[in-house]
Amino acid sequence: MRDDDPIHDDVPEKTEERSGVSRRGFLKIAGVSVAVPLVARPEMVWAAGEQVPVHGPGKVPMEFTINGKKYKANLEPRVTLLDALRDQFDLTGAKRVCDRAECGACTVLMDNKTVYACSLLAIEAQGKQITTVESLMQGEKLHPVQQAFVENDASQCGFCTPGFVIACKAMIDKHPNPSPEDIRHGLAGNLCRCGTYDGIKKAIAQVGQKGA
Amino acid sequence: MPDYSWPPEDKRTLIGKRITRVDSPLKVSGQAQYTYDVHRPGMLYGKILRCPYAAAKIVSIDTSAAEKMPGVKAVHVIQGPNTTIHWSGDEVVAVAAVDEATAEDAIRAIKVEYRKLPHLVSDAEPPKGAAEEQGPLSVDDIDDMLDNQVPSQQMVKQIQDYGMTEKADERGLRMLKSDGASDAVLDAVRAATVHTDVAAKPHSNYQKAAAVTVGDPDKAFSEAEVVSEGLYGTPVITHCCLESHGSTSEWTDDQHLFVHMSTQNVSGIAGQMAEKIKLPATNIRLHQDHIGGGFGSKFGPDRWGIATAEISKKAGGKPVRIMLERDAELKVAGARPSAYARVKVGAKKDGTLVAWQSDSWGTGGPGGGGSPPIPYVINIPNQRKQHTGIRNNIGPARAWRAPNHPQAAVITMCALDDLAAKLNLDPLEFFLKNIELARPRHEIYREEFGIASDLMGWKQKWHPRGQGGSGNTARGMGLSMHTWGGRGHSSHCDLTIHPDGSVELKMGTQDLGTGTRTCILIVAADTLGIPMNAINLQIGDTMYPPDGGSGGSTTIGGVSSSTRRAAVDARDGLFAKVAPALNAQPDQLECVNGTVRVKGDNSKSLSWKEACSKLGAVPLTVRGNNPDPSKPPDLTNSGVGGVQMAEVEVDTDTGIVKVKKMVAVQDCGLVIDLKTAESQCLGALIMGISYALFEEKVMDPTTGRMLNADMQFYRLAGLSDIPELVVHMMTGKGYDERGVIGLGEPPVISPGAAISNAVANAIGVRVPFLPLTPDRVLSALQQKAGA
Repeated sequence: MRDDDPIHDDVPEKTEERSGVSRRGFLKIAGVSVAVPLVARPEMVWAAGEQVPVHGPGKVPMEFTINGKKYKANLEPRVTLLDALRDQFDLTGAKRVCDRAECGACTVLMDNKTVYACSLLAIEAQGKQITTVESLMQGEKLHPVQQAFVENDASQCGFCTPGFVIACKAMIDKHPNPSPEDIRHGLAGNLCRCGTYDGIKKAIAQVGQKGA
Repeated sequence: MPDYSWPPEDKRTLIGKRITRVDSPLKVSGQAQYTYDVHRPGMLYGKILRCPYAAAKIVSIDTSAAEKMPGVKAVHVIQGPNTTIHWSGDEVVAVAAVDEATAEDAIRAIKVEYRKLPHLVSDAEPPKGAAEEQGPLSVDDIDDMLDNQVPSQQMVKQIQDYGMTEKADERGLRMLKSDGASDAVLDAVRAATVHTDVAAKPHSNYQKAAAVTVGDPDKAFSEAEVVSEGLYGTPVITHCCLESHGSTSEWTDDQHLFVHMSTQNVSGIAGQMAEKIKLPATNIRLHQDHIGGGFGSKFGPDRWGIATAEISKKAGGKPVRIMLERDAELKVAGARPSAYARVKVGAKKDGTLVAWQSDSWGTGGPGGGGSPPIPYVINIPNQRKQHTGIRNNIGPARAWRAPNHPQAAVITMCALDDLAAKLNLDPLEFFLKNIELARPRHEIYREEFGIASDLMGWKQKWHPRGQGGSGNTARGMGLSMHTWGGRGHSSHCDLTIHPDGSVELKMGTQDLGTGTRTCILIVAADTLGIPMNAINLQIGDTMYPPDGGSGGSTTIGGVSSSTRRAAVDARDGLFAKVAPALNAQPDQLECVNGTVRVKGDNSKSLSWKEACSKLGAVPLTVRGNNPDPSKPPDLTNSGVGGVQMAEVEVDTDTGIVKVKKMVAVQDCGLVIDLKTAESQCLGALIMGISYALFEEKVMDPTTGRMLNADMQFYRLAGLSDIPELVVHMMTGKGYDERGVIGLGEPPVISPGAAISNAVANAIGVRVPFLPLTPDRVLSALQQKAGA
């Protein structure tokens, strides 16, 4: 383990951000839903001493706001936000790598906070503002974070890059002049295999100076 | 004869400069399309049922329930009853369904009965007496020997003594030749006795290769004044490509297959699929825009790639996507063999190395793995070496950046560092004292050590072993050196200049994120005197001229050489058409800054567009090749040297190692793009820190399964693990004129050894095995305290 691995610090915050989408919540929904008939609207049932809405198990209509646009789809409640983005809406910037909230390649923003789209059910992302890497360019112009990535050669194979770009943007938005500690915290949830961290650090330093 | 040679430094406009990677904007904006992103109309999703046992025989398979499930479009048995499975996670049945979840449900509905067999997943030191002499050799064994630079006569003797497991076909012989086999070795393979009976028999898990003796080690050890003995090694690690292996296959008609595949070998896949799916290679089209990492693990279609094509056929030719799940990616799709050794090394009091002895072992799964080329780089005059390969059930090994070299560097450089400590010598002085043993590149290493030492501040920071500071924080310094071949592979491209001035270049290569696109454009644009973005480069398709697989650092030498020859020929073809309009001879012309002009004379000049209009109605197309002895000189070369230094801080209470600084000084002949070349080195240092500190494929001896097949417990270094990194590329006189040499492998070889040596320097005791995890560091400290 890294001695100062900040992922642990982030756990409560991230769980809170993804309220209602914890693994336990997911299991509860999935476990109960097997018994109910295919319905389009949630049915309220008693489970674990409270009334919970039960969706599915068949496809249910869902509506999303992604990059400011409305998207509709009929999806099973077990579909993740990542799979909805990639397979339903052809927004393939966010990548599926570890598929369980370990590597950050699927990072998107939900109401301006970074989330792992692989570990968030699409059904829970309804009514939220979802922002993906595809929205950062203004016409042909790269976002300053993207531009800094290009100039500092912060991508090699590029598969982790969209997740890093989103995580960097979120971190810079929150800390326009990030301290090393801010950087460590803000990017602790993303991993790269080719070894582009040096370029990413330089890109952040550049944006931090110029401002995003 | 046109002059194809690389332009001299003062004539280069782009080559060797710091040029920004051309596909970065696509990557940072999420527009770069990877195989995993390909979504074909009507695409089905495939999943694979995998064997949970490390060794088992399949007794029966019942897919009936899965076949009846709504949404399931095809079920395909990959390995049927009576097949023996040799590793957990091996493929048994594939399913294609309308969505992933349905495919997963279907996988769960399949019933397979297995008969479990005994397995071995350990790669611990072979028990005494367990190892058997090497039996007949396979083509792969010979390939391993080539990789280990076993002398030709010795290889011939082994082939004659042991025979071969199979008759080598022409393809196998060609492969060996291209990997450097001498004619004597090829003749020996042709003439060898074939023992298919032996090959079919179950063999011992422990295969001892013939001992190798150089000089007179007994005499040398008896005369050595100082002898150091130690245990060193590196475990099996995985490739962990972020884009997992996989493909999307579709039958465009019953005789044509269209494949999108995540591969390092765009031009080579169709030929490997053809026989298995009973189609001529000509009828298989393969396309790939971008690849999310390969590192040596993506050269073949793999069993699952064949299955994808087959299940697509069963589903009426519909596109089927099968990308590996993360656990499968880590279990079956790529592992670097382990290597361990007990080493004894002797020197004179002044540090002069005299003798080496090693008993090494390691595993690469069912194949046993290659033996690391030790002693590495430093050719000690008297040696005795014995290697035992362990064949076990951990899953197959694949080439991992610089096959066998990082292991060899750890075993050699750590053993030599321990000897230097015993001699009370600064390892830098010790290595320089013996640098002549690193012939023929000793002068390169000498120069590189000087530069690295300055960049690291070695002289100020180094201290004798164990004097790393008081309290619970110890600092230390370590170094290592490495080599690699890296000659350019076979490469072909078509360059077309159109009468409207547009230019296109087509090549069946691939860009692994190493900067291949950027480097091809640099060479073409530099030669034609036009901007890089004026050239439309198309790669990654079997429609384009075939190119070699991207492995062994062979791509840059290949693609830059074929591009240079094509661009020179195209340029000269254009000159021939333009010369009359400028009242000049073709050989008086030059292309500069988007113009074609009489050399040095701006008054006799045409813009690029005007010049191209002189081509008439038909575009000018030329083919560039590498190698091409008809168009000298040889533009690529082989053999590089590099050195690295590491500074670490060790918390002696917790055993946590932090790398504080690393320096890499690297030679790769003529650098095409300094920026992406430096990135290659930076990336290699980071990957090196990752495998030095964190990475290990952990196998459970009881179940035979991988215990950490996810990215939480298969640790990769994160951003905060990365310290200040300094990269210095050797360029200019003495380097540039050697031609272009590959860079993918060399800089990833030394980090493990350099970091291990720095830790030993800090805490005063060797941590024998990578990764240098807290438990291993603490246990070494405990042993030291108890000693």
